[in-house]
Amino acid sequence: MTATTSTTSTTARTRRTPEPATTFLGMPPFPTAARAALDNTVQRKNLRHATHTIRDKRAQVVAEVPEWEQLRVAGAAIKDRTLRHLDTYLVQLEESLTRAGAHVHWASNAEEANRIIIDLVRAAQPDVADPDVVKVKSMATQEIEMNEALEHAGIAAWETDLAELIVQLGHDLPSHILVPAIHRNRSEIREIFLDEMGLYGEPAPYDLTDEPVQLAAAARKHLRTKFLNASVAISGANFAVADSGTLVVVESEGNGRMCLTLPQTLISVVGIEKIVPTFADLEVMMRLLPRSSTGERMNPYTSMWTGPSEGDGPQNVHVVLLDNGRTDILGDEVSRETLRCIRCSACLNICPVYERVGGHAYGSPYPGPIGAILTPQLRGLEDKADQALPFASSLCGACFEVCPVRIDIPRLLVHMRHKVVLKKKEQHRLPTMEAATMKAASWVMGDHRRLGAALKASSSSGSVLRGPLGRTTIGPMPWPASSWTTTRDLPAPPQQSFRDWWAHEHEQRPAQAQATGSDHAPGRTEEEQR
Amino acid sequence: MNASSPPTAPADRGTSTVTQNARPGEGVRVALFATCVNDAMYPQTPQAVVTLLERLGCTVEFPVTQTCCGQMFTNTGYYEEAMPALHRYLETFEPYDYIVAPSGSCVGSVRDQHPILARYESGSADSAFVERVDALAARTLDLPEFLVDVLGVTDVGAYFPHRVTYHPTCHSLRITKVGDRPYQLLKAVRGITLVELPAREECCGFGGTFSMKNAATSTAMVSDKARHIEDTGAEYVVAGDNSCLMNIGGMLSRQRSGVATIHLAEILAHTEPARDAAEQGAS
Repeated sequence: MTATTSTTSTTARTRRTPEPATTFLGMPPFPTAARAALDNTVQRKNLRHATHTIRDKRAQVVAEVPEWEQLRVAGAAIKDRTLRHLDTYLVQLEESLTRAGAHVHWASNAEEANRIIIDLVRAAQPDVADPDVVKVKSMATQEIEMNEALEHAGIAAWETDLAELIVQLGHDLPSHILVPAIHRNRSEIREIFLDEMGLYGEPAPYDLTDEPVQLAAAARKHLRTKFLNASVAISGANFAVADSGTLVVVESEGNGRMCLTLPQTLISVVGIEKIVPTFADLEVMMRLLPRSSTGERMNPYTSMWTGPSEGDGPQNVHVVLLDNGRTDILGDEVSRETLRCIRCSACLNICPVYERVGGHAYGSPYPGPIGAILTPQLRGLEDKADQALPFASSLCGACFEVCPVRIDIPRLLVHMRHKVVLKKKEQHRLPTMEAATMKAASWVMGDHRRLGAALKASSSSGSVLRGPLGRTTIGPMPWPASSWTTTRDLPAPPQQSFRDWWAHEHEQRPAQAQATGSDHAPGRTEEEQR
Repeated sequence: MNASSPPTAPADRGTSTVTQNARPGEGVRVALFATCVNDAMYPQTPQAVVTLLERLGCTVEFPVTQTCCGQMFTNTGYYEEAMPALHRYLETFEPYDYIVAPSGSCVGSVRDQHPILARYESGSADSAFVERVDALAARTLDLPEFLVDVLGVTDVGAYFPHRVTYHPTCHSLRITKVGDRPYQLLKAVRGITLVELPAREECCGFGGTFSMKNAATSTAMVSDKARHIEDTGAEYVVAGDNSCLMNIGGMLSRQRSGVATIHLAEILAHTEPARDAAEQGAS
């Protein structure tokens, strides 16, 4: 206890950037985290509003493109081909980048990547004890928790994307791939700016209102000093063109352009699946991405760079190629299509589960349907939290419909569930209650006589449950039925199963099936109308 | 075609529909896949399918060796445990040309997941077993598909004088892709008042074991669905799947909302008692 306190206070003294109140690691499994998130009424409203707005915008601009389906097919094909020959394309990318004057580093995991980045930042400013770096919004750096690694090394990493800035200043975690502060509303953002900006740089004006223009102006002013002070920028990349060695960053605010052009040193952390072979392939992606992500026809700021340009922009250009579990995903023939993902977030915005629980409950920077399949593949299935993720979906299929690269997320969720079941069988010497139930049910469904006997038992129990008054529904019941009946009624089993009715009916009218009236059709509904 | 003819007075239309179009199923043999949920909990639904298809002239058989599509196992990740159900399905229904089920989800499971499971079990994509499973999957139809595509009928002679809203279930929408076929069928029902359900394409939150494993999230979803249904002022919410209706109905019933659930087949099977009597007298 004492040790913990002293560590915390040391950290608090030396910290340079806002400390996140929680970390993704160690969060409770999805059902528990979701239960808590569902009670956050402000977040529920914020998410409902935001997801519906983006969802509708997307639907509108996608409907404008008659060849959308062909584009999706092309996008999927380009990604599949690239992944199939990833070894070749990676070597080609390294050669192209090196030829263009960039330095290529290979990182097999988060720790390696962070060490490389820290060394590069230190080498760029050997005389500065506590360097600052500015960041372009990047999922790869979220994935490797780079900001915290840099903080521990005495380096302050400043987010410059407006939403990431809100998250960072709010001691918060991102809850969406594209709009990480989606769970916040304007008045919350105003309060964060007023409370926090002054502690980490240019304060917000004391009379700040929650008008978007004013909030953006406060952020712009706060960020300006960060841009001007940093001599190192860190970015991710949306795409890396193998044959030219060009990196591409797609953003909306111009903060990325500032980071990519002002500092002397630029470090880009790029997942190895970000490769497209040529510029012609990039064209397809650039048509798919903006409409799917922000619901825009064209992206506001698209920056492309091919190594350093003499006398213009960063003179030291580094690229860290990150594996961190990606080659494991590539090894699974079924689920490798997960790596097609271009991080557009369309699946989050359409998902009825995400809309209600938000991103934090997924315990990863990758939330929503794509996170439910990607995170447990990147991190493995040892942990309970990772085992729960593939089940965080009703399998409604809306995510697949909107995915610009046709990742069959529902199918992959089921595939991952199967892997979870196999993993649990390996972890538990005795079968879990669920596994035992499934085994028993499987035995019943293997033979119609066994099912018939089970249905007879169900009908008899039904007469008890229906009671003397002939109730048609059952109210609250004890565990495990309580997970259903706490909030929903359950129909009472009928007096006769269909197969018993059929047998009875066909004893009475052998062979001669004749049209009958409606007398036995909607019986239940009349009862329920009572 | 009679199916698309504008509504006219019930008395006039009744007989003409029956004589010209009422028995498009004459000579068509159908195997009814009742599905385990209906068999156990909603026998009135497959009963309605029998009523309806026999009225349209089909010969309906219920192969008693059937059990279940195995979806509950597959969707929960228990592939091995799904296999007995798959084999049972194959052995039971292989002799039939048309297998019809009143469930978009179970049909979706047969069409979408049986081929995956067969490949998983056999370890290859070109075994004889896989071919048999694929072929049978293609012959398995959701009720609206069979009515509209095979029998070519949208007016099935039903009568249902109630205010009704239709919830398109996710799997009928996105896996079996029945599209607007249920609407075509419902629009032709005499006496019905069809009202549009807001946010109709949004999942009700059932999702099989999802409703238990993530009960809180599932409840949040179905409470929104129930609210949208109540907003329509309908007496009935109709869908092509009793699993979804069990979830929606469970919430509506708990809220004492005064809205009942009903399966599409039950509306389509329902006819006007007086007219039935007249028809039977005439035949």
